[in-house]
Amino acid sequence: MTTVYGPVTDWATDFDHGDPEYNNNIHEIWSNLKASGCPIAHTDRYGGTWLPLTHELVHEIAYDTDHFSSQGPVVQQLKPSQNPDAIPAPVGAVPPISSDPPFHADARRLLLPAFAPKQIDPLRSKMYKMCNELIDKMGDRDTVDAALEYSQHIPVLIIAEMLGLPLEDADKFRNWVNLILGAIGAERNEERLAMFMEFSEYLDRHIADHVDNPKDDLITFLLNAELHGQKLSPQHVHGTVVLILIAGIDTTWSGIGSSIWHLASNPVDRRRLVENKEMIPQAVEEFLRAYAPVTMARIVKEDLEFHGVEMKQDDWVLLPFPAANRDEAQFENANEVDIDRTENRHAAFGLGIHRCIGSNLARAELNVAVEVFLERFPDFELNPTEEVTWSTGQVRGPRNIPLRILARK
Amino acid sequence: MRHFDRDFLTPSLYSDRMRVHVDSSKCQGHNRCYALAPELFDVDDYGNAFELNEGVVPAGLEDKARLAAANCPEFAIIIED
Repeated sequence: MTTVYGPVTDWATDFDHGDPEYNNNIHEIWSNLKASGCPIAHTDRYGGTWLPLTHELVHEIAYDTDHFSSQGPVVQQLKPSQNPDAIPAPVGAVPPISSDPPFHADARRLLLPAFAPKQIDPLRSKMYKMCNELIDKMGDRDTVDAALEYSQHIPVLIIAEMLGLPLEDADKFRNWVNLILGAIGAERNEERLAMFMEFSEYLDRHIADHVDNPKDDLITFLLNAELHGQKLSPQHVHGTVVLILIAGIDTTWSGIGSSIWHLASNPVDRRRLVENKEMIPQAVEEFLRAYAPVTMARIVKEDLEFHGVEMKQDDWVLLPFPAANRDEAQFENANEVDIDRTENRHAAFGLGIHRCIGSNLARAELNVAVEVFLERFPDFELNPTEEVTWSTGQVRGPRNIPLRILARK
Repeated sequence: MRHFDRDFLTPSLYSDRMRVHVDSSKCQGHNRCYALAPELFDVDDYGNAFELNEGVVPAGLEDKARLAAANCPEFAIIIED
């Protein structure tokens, strides 16, 4: 399956990160590009997109809000400038991730306390319970899919509860996540448009319900919040709910999935973590580095020469934090996954002012999910008769992890 | 006892102790320092980190201070030996 742009002819000059081949072979593609002396790949697809590959370049762009706007954090076939409904910079459609300075800092400051460590730590007991219940549900089968039966559920249930959305709609949320983040290269047809409308109307309905029936959750918090002496616009509330729901789901789902996939494929690491539970936090940081799920995007504000390439106003620029995390110039043996790595300045949660606001939540979920899985399944391996599949688009993680369970508690 | 001895040998009020400092203009709230060395760092409601005890690193926690600095994605932690 290719995107509307057809098969990729050359990854340096015609790459397509919406093509399943990209996430399936991502480390090989980056290594080949770097080996061929190409630190910034380009494609005409999506109206023109750049892909810088080194930590230094990714770091520089993430910090340079003068030349690079966050108005389009996810590359799409239509640029914000081509979309009559786009909300202009510095606010953007999904603040604060889509916002630029100076608006960004205020919109972000509103949300930060809800995601600070002291708010998140108390949720850990709930996470333990949830992870154990997911494993209980698997019964005593010898084969399970750790993505479909475990990793994909954990972040959805937590974020839905934080927002105040019905937990039983989790399947809907995952479909919308795929619509927005996975199917970026799909044909823009009526069916797709109808799904976007359905998502938007669903959220409007639940936001309206919170207006009538305030609750102790993030939607009510946003409805009461004030910015510059005024209530947030309905657009702002809607956009931030979209952001928290979408960003809170398949990012962490991917991180948990990649960690379990690694542990299924690396028995030595798995045994060490089973025997030394206290090593899990450090190992999780290494999984975050080596399998960082999230690539963000920026938009070039005006024509710019950038390290030898001519970027045009409105070009997309991908910020592949996962590639930065595998840069030999920044990390010794960058392509080796080493759970003993103690010095680990990885950029899995981004760099600069847009650092992932949910990073404390994601870390807690990852640590608990890995710990409980290893506790309940001290021995498991990939099931060779079935295939591991990976997501498409800017968030990378396994969507199927077929396992054979070899020991359980 | 060893702790006491070390204090006894360095009575000149922390002058030769390691110090840590969070550069608040660089800190973006990754909270790695707080997770790795809560004895040395705390975070406010916005996730911004700051050093405890005026940055003086108690004897025996030097490695933790170095570890926290080596894990800050924004290079925001300064160590003065």
